[in-house]
Amino acid sequence: MLTVQPLQPATFPVPGQFYMLQAGASYDPLLKRPFSYLSAENGSITFLYRIRGKGTRAIAALREKETISLIGPLGNAYPVPSGEFIAVAGGIGIASLFSLFGAATGRATLFWGGRTAGELLMTETVRGLVRTAVITTDDGSAGRKSLVTEPFREYLAVNAHLPVYVCGSTPMMKAVAALCSDAGARCFVSLEAYMACGVGACLGCVVKIRDSENHEGRFRSVCKDGPVFDASTVVWEGQ
Amino acid sequence: MPSLSVNIGGMILKNPVMTASGTFGYGEEYAEFIDLNRLGAVVVKGLSLKPKEGNPVPRIVETASGMLNAIGLQNIGVDRFILEKMPFLRRFDTKVICNFFGDSVDEYVHAADVLSRTDGVHALEMNVSCPNKQAGWCVFGTDPAVLHNVVTAVRKVCRIPLIVKLSPNVTSIAHMAKVAEGSGADAVSLINTITGMAIDIRSRRPLLANKIGGLSGPAIKPVAVRMVWEVFNAVKIPIVGMGGIMTAADALEFLIAGARGIAVGTANFVNPAATVEIVEALEQFLVDEQVNDVNELVGSLRL
Ligand SMILES: Cc1cc2nc3c(=O)[nH]c(=O)nc-3n(C[C@H](O)[C@H](O)[C@H](O)COP(=O)(O)OP(=O)(O)OC[C@H]3O[C@@H](n4cnc5c(N)ncnc54)[C@H](O)[C@@H]3O)c2cc1C
Ligand SMILES: Cc1cc2nc3c(=O)[nH]c(=O)nc-3n(C[C@H](O)[C@H](O)[C@H](O)COP(=O)(O)O)c2cc1C
Ligand code: FES
Repeated sequence: MLTVQPLQPATFPVPGQFYMLQAGASYDPLLKRPFSYLSAENGSITFLYRIRGKGTRAIAALREKETISLIGPLGNAYPVPSGEFIAVAGGIGIASLFSLFGAATGRATLFWGGRTAGELLMTETVRGLVRTAVITTDDGSAGRKSLVTEPFREYLAVNAHLPVYVCGSTPMMKAVAALCSDAGARCFVSLEAYMACGVGACLGCVVKIRDSENHEGRFRSVCKDGPVFDASTVVWEGQ
Repeated sequence: MPSLSVNIGGMILKNPVMTASGTFGYGEEYAEFIDLNRLGAVVVKGLSLKPKEGNPVPRIVETASGMLNAIGLQNIGVDRFILEKMPFLRRFDTKVICNFFGDSVDEYVHAADVLSRTDGVHALEMNVSCPNKQAGWCVFGTDPAVLHNVVTAVRKVCRIPLIVKLSPNVTSIAHMAKVAEGSGADAVSLINTITGMAIDIRSRRPLLANKIGGLSGPAIKPVAVRMVWEVFNAVKIPIVGMGGIMTAADALEFLIAGARGIAVGTANFVNPAATVEIVEALEQFLVDEQVNDVNELVGSLRL
């Protein structure tokens, strides 16, 4: 977890948006890394992150009161649901959905999966913000031992009228999007991508999105046109 | 106040700092972070006659003090650029340089013709680091005869200053610069990215979908400075230097090596205000060193 206090007045973020963060002024790692904000209040912004490589290691090495450089808030937003909704999170994907739970407290039925219990952080706080939380792990160390898509599929079968919000690994999001498409449910995915600029300038982070004129899909930037897309428009490639 | 103004092939810039093509979108992307009026010039993402899709992802991967990219020249095409992006760019008091490319001589000529007749476009920068359809996809800028042909043809239709952007992936960039000069270029810019590769050792697959990509960022700066110096010794036309410029100190190395203008690329990603900070620090350097005119620094290397 990382909490920052902007030195200059900053724009307030909305659920779904993210920031590009970089600890230190070194050229290695050179580029900033994208992170969803977890919460923003009283002028400070909080992030929840998992250490993966050199960028996140450098952030973890920060000590209190050190400065970090950031750009944001960036990207579009989740359309805030008017009533009840379903959320599906994979591991740290909870960070992106967390602010939506705050904006629509007590309205989400959450399906949250990880490889092990250790991947599921702040479970008690999350439980307090949602209607129900169903937890799964690959190894059974917390909740049900299954893929997160299993209990979600069962619930969706009788609740396909609810909109579905997803953030997690690409294979998980692709599977959830397919289930929603079969069930006729609206589904919004927050996509992952390697990013360099975060502002739509480098075209490094693109994904193919269909529109009414182009069924094959056209490249859109995840950072600027996303990260949230209507899952039915996403052309899932690879994986 | 020292003078920062420079003349690049007949185009007067208020200062030598520009953006590097492909790292600054069409200008709009960074307009909320910086005042574009502060820049010597905005160089837009490479344009082709028809829109181009670009490569599959992953398109970027970070390497030690640099990054590899294989965007594949994705762009909205000349027509949409003129219609949708030029009205915005015309609002600013800065020079607009259109970077462009083609996969045949005809396409280069056609794109240059249309762009150079567009109101508000002050110069063209010709990217010759792309493959030639008619010559087995060999890169235009790596064969002197091919380079001569395409620059000569574009020169005939281009009514505004023409900058030829050289590829570093050649044996002698000084020779290529001479060819560009002899074919009518008003200036040369260098360097474009250096071809590179990165591999995931567990899957043993390339990290880029395109397998290879172009290296940019601080990692390439010493190579770029050396090339600018070699080109400075070979041609009389002005040089726009780039490759790994992150700070004013980096920019100054290029100026001293012989560049009259400099472009900031990858640094924009790290710090959206990099260009403006470089303009300010450059001015401060001139004040501190009691240099009245930035042009005094150009090619001032002491040997
Ligand atoms: C919109 C968005 C929001 C996000 N929000 C969060 C969040 O809230 N919390 C969180 O923890 N994470 C979040 N992430 C993910 C986070 O950005 C990454 O975990 C982070 O960038 C990792 O940086 P690193 O330097 O630590 O790892 P890196 O060193 O960059 O690499 C991690 C792994 O990816 C591999 N890799 C790197 N580049 C490539 C490539 N081009 N192709 C294939 N493999 C590659 C590396 O080899 C390594 O195995 C978010 C991502 C996006 C796009
Ligand atoms: C993501 C990316 C896209 C680029 N696109 C173009 C392009 O369209 N046309 C071009 O001539 N150069 C392009 N370049 C090369 C840059 O303009 C510049 O020559 C190079 O990156 C070296 O400068 P730098 O190290 O400051 O980034 C691109 C570079 C990057 C990193
Ligand atoms: S990260 Fe540069 S366009 Fe999205």
